[in-house]
Amino acid sequence: MSNTTVASPTNGSDSSSSASNIWQIDILTSDGFPDRIAEEVLADAPDFGLPTSLKITAVRSFLVQGDLSAVDVQAIGNQFLAEPVVQYTVIAKNGDSVFDTAPAGTSTLINVMPLPGVTDAEAESALLAVRQLGYAVDAIATVRKYWISALSDNQLKLLCDKLLCNESIETIVRGALKVDDLQLGREYEFNKQIVPIRTSNDDELSGLSKDWQLSLSLVEMQTIQAHFKTLERDATDIELETIAQTWSEHCSHKTLAGRISYTDENGTRQFDNMLKETIFAATMQIRADLGDDDWCVSVFKDNAGIVRFDEKNNVAFKVETHNRPSALEPYGGANTGIGGVIRDTLGTGMGAKPVCNTDVFCFAPPETPFEELPPGVMHPRQIVKGVVSGVRDYGNRMGIPTVNGAVYFDPRYVGNPLVFCGNVGILPQEMSFKAPEPNDLIVSIGGKTGRDGIHGATFSSAELTESSDITSGGAVQIGNAITEKMVMDVMLKARDLGLYTAVTDCGAGGYSSAVGEMGEELGAEVWLDKVPLKYEGLSYTEIWISEAQERMVFSVPEKNWPAFEKLCCDESVEATVLGRFTPTGNLTLKYGEEVVGEMSMAFLHDGRPPVIREASYTPAVPTEVSVDGTQDYDGQLKSILGSLNVVSKHWIIRQYDHEVQGGSVIKPLVGVQNDGPGDAAVVRPVLDSRRGLAISCGMNPHFGELDTYHMAASAIDEALRNCVAVGADPNQIALLDNFCWGYTDRPETLGSLVRAANACHDLSIDLQTPFISGKDSLHNEFSYTDDTGNRQTISIPATLLISAMGQVPDVANCVTMDLKSSGNLIYQIGITGNHLGGSHWGLVSGNNGGHVPTVDTAVSKSTFNAVFDAISSGLIRSCHDLSEGGLAVAIAEMAFAGGLGVEADVSAIDVSGTDGANADLARLFSESNTRFAVEVESMNQAAFEALFADIALAKIGTVTDGESVVVRSGETMLINSPVGELKEAWQSPLDWS
Amino acid sequence: MSKPKVLILRAPGTNCDQETGYAFEKAGAEATFVHINQLLEDASVLEKSQILCLPGGFSYGDDIGAGRVLASQMQSKLADAIGEFHDAGKLVLGICNGFQILIKTGFLLPGDDAGLSATLTWNNHGRFIDTWVNLKADSDKCVFLKGVEQMYLPIAHAEGKFVARDQSIIDSLKSNSQLALTYCRPDGSNGADLAFPDNPNGSSANIAGVCSDSGRIFGLMPHPERFIDPTHHPRWTREPQGDEGQGMVVFRNAVGFFA
Repeated sequence: MSNTTVASPTNGSDSSSSASNIWQIDILTSDGFPDRIAEEVLADAPDFGLPTSLKITAVRSFLVQGDLSAVDVQAIGNQFLAEPVVQYTVIAKNGDSVFDTAPAGTSTLINVMPLPGVTDAEAESALLAVRQLGYAVDAIATVRKYWISALSDNQLKLLCDKLLCNESIETIVRGALKVDDLQLGREYEFNKQIVPIRTSNDDELSGLSKDWQLSLSLVEMQTIQAHFKTLERDATDIELETIAQTWSEHCSHKTLAGRISYTDENGTRQFDNMLKETIFAATMQIRADLGDDDWCVSVFKDNAGIVRFDEKNNVAFKVETHNRPSALEPYGGANTGIGGVIRDTLGTGMGAKPVCNTDVFCFAPPETPFEELPPGVMHPRQIVKGVVSGVRDYGNRMGIPTVNGAVYFDPRYVGNPLVFCGNVGILPQEMSFKAPEPNDLIVSIGGKTGRDGIHGATFSSAELTESSDITSGGAVQIGNAITEKMVMDVMLKARDLGLYTAVTDCGAGGYSSAVGEMGEELGAEVWLDKVPLKYEGLSYTEIWISEAQERMVFSVPEKNWPAFEKLCCDESVEATVLGRFTPTGNLTLKYGEEVVGEMSMAFLHDGRPPVIREASYTPAVPTEVSVDGTQDYDGQLKSILGSLNVVSKHWIIRQYDHEVQGGSVIKPLVGVQNDGPGDAAVVRPVLDSRRGLAISCGMNPHFGELDTYHMAASAIDEALRNCVAVGADPNQIALLDNFCWGYTDRPETLGSLVRAANACHDLSIDLQTPFISGKDSLHNEFSYTDDTGNRQTISIPATLLISAMGQVPDVANCVTMDLKSSGNLIYQIGITGNHLGGSHWGLVSGNNGGHVPTVDTAVSKSTFNAVFDAISSGLIRSCHDLSEGGLAVAIAEMAFAGGLGVEADVSAIDVSGTDGANADLARLFSESNTRFAVEVESMNQAAFEALFADIALAKIGTVTDGESVVVRSGETMLINSPVGELKEAWQSPLDWS
Repeated sequence: MSKPKVLILRAPGTNCDQETGYAFEKAGAEATFVHINQLLEDASVLEKSQILCLPGGFSYGDDIGAGRVLASQMQSKLADAIGEFHDAGKLVLGICNGFQILIKTGFLLPGDDAGLSATLTWNNHGRFIDTWVNLKADSDKCVFLKGVEQMYLPIAHAEGKFVARDQSIIDSLKSNSQLALTYCRPDGSNGADLAFPDNPNGSSANIAGVCSDSGRIFGLMPHPERFIDPTHHPRWTREPQGDEGQGMVVFRNAVGFFA
């Protein structure tokens, strides 16, 4: 039973505490059980040069405000908050001296509390449950207390700033904690703000945009000014904010959908709408070509792209980025990133049920020394841990399996980590489209509204600097997955009952974007004073643009409102009528009886002046690889296996629930010990069906240094071959693009993006793989002043993530990449060229030369089809795509995943474009596209080879019972390494405890 | 005999309800999904069912501690109803979060004057983990494990380490055949102190699942509903599988109990 210390108020040293109605419940770990909170901090402390003698005792503390007796609080603490057996409590009025006793070996007390208004899910759950138990509690807050051994002032500050507290969401109180009131908010005094925009000069207009964080250009401000001059009135604050949200890069993609004059070695091309004329145009052409066989349903218009799945269902797919919030607060940023993209599929059509997640991250190397970090950035290891926990806690709680992902490391992501979160959802075919009816009610369900994330949409369109972590703190939201799960549960019921006519998510821009988008064709009147608030004091504008999480907006016919409201009420989900979709063509914003904003939907959505940009591209001049003398291929192979992009990500993968929903077919880790790197995940979204979805991705920023066209082409080819390698039909793979780029106001940076978009267009048409949705994140640069006082800017490498969603007609035919049985034959499928440019061999050997891999789409198309035929016919026992590290890495991975050896002779592989000296190097490590290594049973040799009569195929070896991977080229021994050593090299670098 | 009815209890954050219901239906039961709010309002809803199942998930976010909030609701409002349900010879199954709730309510292992006798707490490594484990069954008492010797099932949890107040509690559970499921090596053996990964969370006595003295209340951390199809097995592409996964037996035994 718990040991409990209860100090009665009169025993307290502080006499004022007896008057307080705030109790404090400290929860401590019983002897013999680990102090997890302290251990987490201590594990990271050496990274920051803190002494190894550091000692910390952590205490979880709850502050409970209300009219409670000591007996009540004891019951709450001991029977509810503290875990029996493993924890004990100390309970008294807040401020009592009983809380001041330092545990042995410690002297300093640091309290860490959430900043006012930041989501504190644990406190919210505790409040709900304690009230249900019948206690009269007004408020609950949580505190983490750290008792710390003696440190210098500098060390203590370092510990607090870097490990104990994130100032964008938390605050520190040093010493005894004394709190007067836990309740937030103050009464709001209505005050309609008029901005004299008609009389402002250009300087004032620019100043207004900057001061209010509108992120609007002068030309845009002038357009707004002209509009209000024609209306013969000034603007209100909420009108300017609404326009800024709607016209933000985040919401309108104005750069890429804008006018661009692009020049490269082939001449100049004028785009009126770059995205529409490249990627979108390709999809339109594919759909036209397919005619009656068109399997696209809804592309580039809803929150996610939709394609056909089976006789009854369609599937929706979307990948979003959440980069800037994740740089400041990795946990909350990633958390709301995954929460946001789940709402995207929920808000697609009439609502899709999420079936799996995919997550891709780009970080600086986690071993980067602390001293080498630019000022104002978090240590990459902290970012990695925060982002992974953020995705884990949200995805797992939502009950959506996270089945696919990738992590890419490059020092240039130090100030701008990239967090891509994706979600696939399934929906009945007839639910794929939506439109609000005139006079439908505007209904919001889910989370309440606070000041969370104000200016998130405009913030995500601006550059980060070393002071962003101070000035943009208001932009950081924390999610509460359970609120979103509750919303999901009721909305899918309401969908099936036909209770609403349209739905969308509240994402960037909050209600302003959600209602603005839904009402674009009709018009809307919004009653801002009806919005349920987390605390009092929000202005009408704050309510309108808040990005508080876990809210969805519906259009509900008035006759359905009682049923809709009851459904929500039955599951404790808050639902509120916020207004009406009035067929006026106007957006009318009211607070009480006051009209605070009145804008035409036409101006809002079509009034933005086009962005006009110059773009140029000069491809790098290819150089040759220079190798001198004998190469240590064994060593190079192990170095590549141990390089951060290739190494096992099991530390991350196993923290994600990848099996919930019961549809798992091919898991992210496969093989005899369930630990080899699968190419793509496969899930069955319908439990009584054998049809599967394959999810994969492709990305290679290193190729972008040489040519972003071929980088994009290679990423598409990689995503497709990952899908095909597990058994997906290459004729029904849908793609998504996510462009994360540097400062695209520079013509050469924008040029590198346009060039990549051109590749997407060309490959998409040639391979008949349509893009169905996409997203961009521009201006990913980090600026700071270095030690010598010079301004420095770090731009991320051009980063294009291609996500692929394939379909498997019968999952029984799927294959994995682990070798299955000794005696089986090993083949390489595809053409090896001299493609060492941007390769991982180049990375580990320090060789920058070489040609970038290209894609011959005619070859890709026939190769993918042949591999699909062979897999569907059961002729392939294992299949692995060749990517980072080429054939050598693929064979090594297949061997250790299967726990088997390999005897191979690669001399049968023709190599184009090399002189003889480098041929073996290319055979081993070239990263040429459209290649696979496969395992075939000898009895199937003839049937298998017949399918590849017109495709490059080389029989290179056999699977052995031996313990080594042995690769020769004729008489020359190239590689002879024990399988165990190869596996160790691959598994150990990110095997974090 | 008509199909036995299973009541799958949903709460905010429950997330394995659909596939668990599907497994029960596959085994021949009729599944109904009931929200905790409805049960709190009218506990007599329970009477229509023969099996009560608390599926996996993160009830109320597992804030405070895994299953804590729902356990406190059920303990304070439904203890009598569930006691009557059990006394009527019916079955209760708690999987993962459901097991945590059955432990923290005391429904599975009733407490005494000194409080609850055991809890499920943080894994030794301090993280959520999704992995497959080998399990050894003691089927003497547990209705759900009739005929089972060994199983291979996935776990997915952060707080699955079984800890008892003292060793005598574990000893008496063991001698009473209530330690229904324990983590073991691939060959089915287990000693006093299996290490990670065979014992994935540091559970005392390798405990993965416990049944009540009656054998009719069963809680387990592994997810039997995630291995009902041969393609659920992590190595199905290399090892031959039967027509259905090993987890199905748990649901078939529950349904068969009423045959």
